Amino acid sequence: MTDAPRESAQEGQAARRPEMKVRPTAPIVPPSNVSGNALMAVIAIMAFLACLTFGAVNMVRATAASWQSQISREITIQIKPDDNLDMEQALKDVRDLALTFSGTRDGTIVDRDATARLLEPWLGEGLNLDELPVPRLVIITIDEQSPPDFTAMRAALSAKIPQAFLDDHRTWVDRLVAMARTTAFIGTGVLVLVFSAMVLTVVFATRGALSGNRHIVEVLHFVGAEAGFVASEFQKHFLKISLKGSVAGGALAALFFAIAGFWQGRSIATPQSDQATALFGSFSMGLTGYLGIAATIVVIALLTTLTARFTVMRTIHEIDQIRSDPSRTDQLPDQ
Amino acid sequence: MIHFENVGLRYGMGPEILRDLTFDIPRRSFQFLTGPSGAGKTTLLRLLFLSLQPTRGIIRSFDREVSTIPRDELPMLRRRIGIVFQDFRLLDHLTTYENVALPLRVRGKDESSYKADVLELLKWVGLGERINVLPPVLSGGEKQRAAIARALIDRPELLLADEPTGNVDPPMAQRLLSLFLELNRLGTAVVIATHDLSLMDQVEARRMILSQGRLDIYD
Repeated sequence: MTDAPRESAQEGQAARRPEMKVRPTAPIVPPSNVSGNALMAVIAIMAFLACLTFGAVNMVRATAASWQSQISREITIQIKPDDNLDMEQALKDVRDLALTFSGTRDGTIVDRDATARLLEPWLGEGLNLDELPVPRLVIITIDEQSPPDFTAMRAALSAKIPQAFLDDHRTWVDRLVAMARTTAFIGTGVLVLVFSAMVLTVVFATRGALSGNRHIVEVLHFVGAEAGFVASEFQKHFLKISLKGSVAGGALAALFFAIAGFWQGRSIATPQSDQATALFGSFSMGLTGYLGIAATIVVIALLTTLTARFTVMRTIHEIDQIRSDPSRTDQLPDQ
Repeated sequence: MIHFENVGLRYGMGPEILRDLTFDIPRRSFQFLTGPSGAGKTTLLRLLFLSLQPTRGIIRSFDREVSTIPRDELPMLRRRIGIVFQDFRLLDHLTTYENVALPLRVRGKDESSYKADVLELLKWVGLGERINVLPPVLSGGEKQRAAIARALIDRPELLLADEPTGNVDPPMAQRLLSLFLELNRLGTAVVIATHDLSLMDQVEARRMILSQGRLDIYD
């Protein structure tokens, strides 16, 4: 600074003690405090919930799409038993006739054992199909993109074997499409709500954490720091906090899906796993799911950083507004 | 350097705190600002520091009329003014050294370019042994000296000090006054707001006396 202190320091050089060491310069914004830790926890929780919702909605949409795809990939021909009908021959004839239509790919006759297994939950084990007039099924796999002419197939079947009925699952497919769309719509709605809650929570928590640092903004402003400098110091600080929080929350959500998927894979064909799979579908997230989690983390980090920037800029603007409006005596020390 | 012309200021619909102030702060000048408590000394200092605008009158600061200065140019102008706040305004998480170096840090200077100067100034104000101490541990007098050092570190063209010797003993007050005088000798205009008559008696300097919102100047 001035020459005077320099001269004075030179005078006392003889008696100078070893130079005191200065600690490494601390950041202008304190690295951690109670409000910063609370903000990190809030961000981690909201990131976890948002990623969980994103994953769940993704899973439900995939499951609904898979139901719809599976059921519309097949048609079923049912043959009712009749005294004058050789059932085994009729099954073969029906399959062969169906496969003559373009748009069909493969035909499978549900054999006697498989039919018995289908009825087992209702009629019990050791069922003798000869004692009961049980209809038999032929499953035809079709090309979803160019399906066969169902009307012509239906007419041809009833002309050759009057006991045969074609079920193209159209009623089911229509209902499933409607259900899948509703499920996806509800899921998207829930996702939007959770993301909105996350945005608001993160914005308000960031502003709350910043309010405890207002005195730092004021001091920096009064020692001649430009608004951009002050904002960038706070941005850096809040970017670190939000990245730590959102990565922790996102990683927990990803871990949850990974563990659930692993459990499902390990316990395949057990009643619990089958039930969970039937209800929720596969817990596998896929690349899209993990990319979604990464995107959520980035969005939260950006959101926190931008909120910090805008709040600091507004604080500085308020300090300057007081300057031009003496009637606002808040923030002013005693006269 | 600073020129006030018929400046008046009131807070909201209240009475005028300052009335018809017309004066100059010339370059390299040294003056005391005094008056009873509540006379408006701090308000006048804030007007000089550009953190308030008058409700009437004209203020020219560094050859510019302050009402026409855009907001984003204020930091550059404030860098030419050093201020010692009555309540110190030190940052509690920074050491004495870091607080004093703060104005240089926000100007983007490298630590190696100012470290020696900051340490020398801290020795001069008697804080050479307290460089790594945080403000909550400092006494009132030590905080005051740290705040003064922070205002002086970049050799401002104008130094505003609000009761700078209010919390120190007479020998330290004398030492700080010497520092202000030395700074003034090197070209800085100094305005010291004080109640301390003994301090004012030590120096032949202009006295600006605020009373009931009006200013009397004794050269």
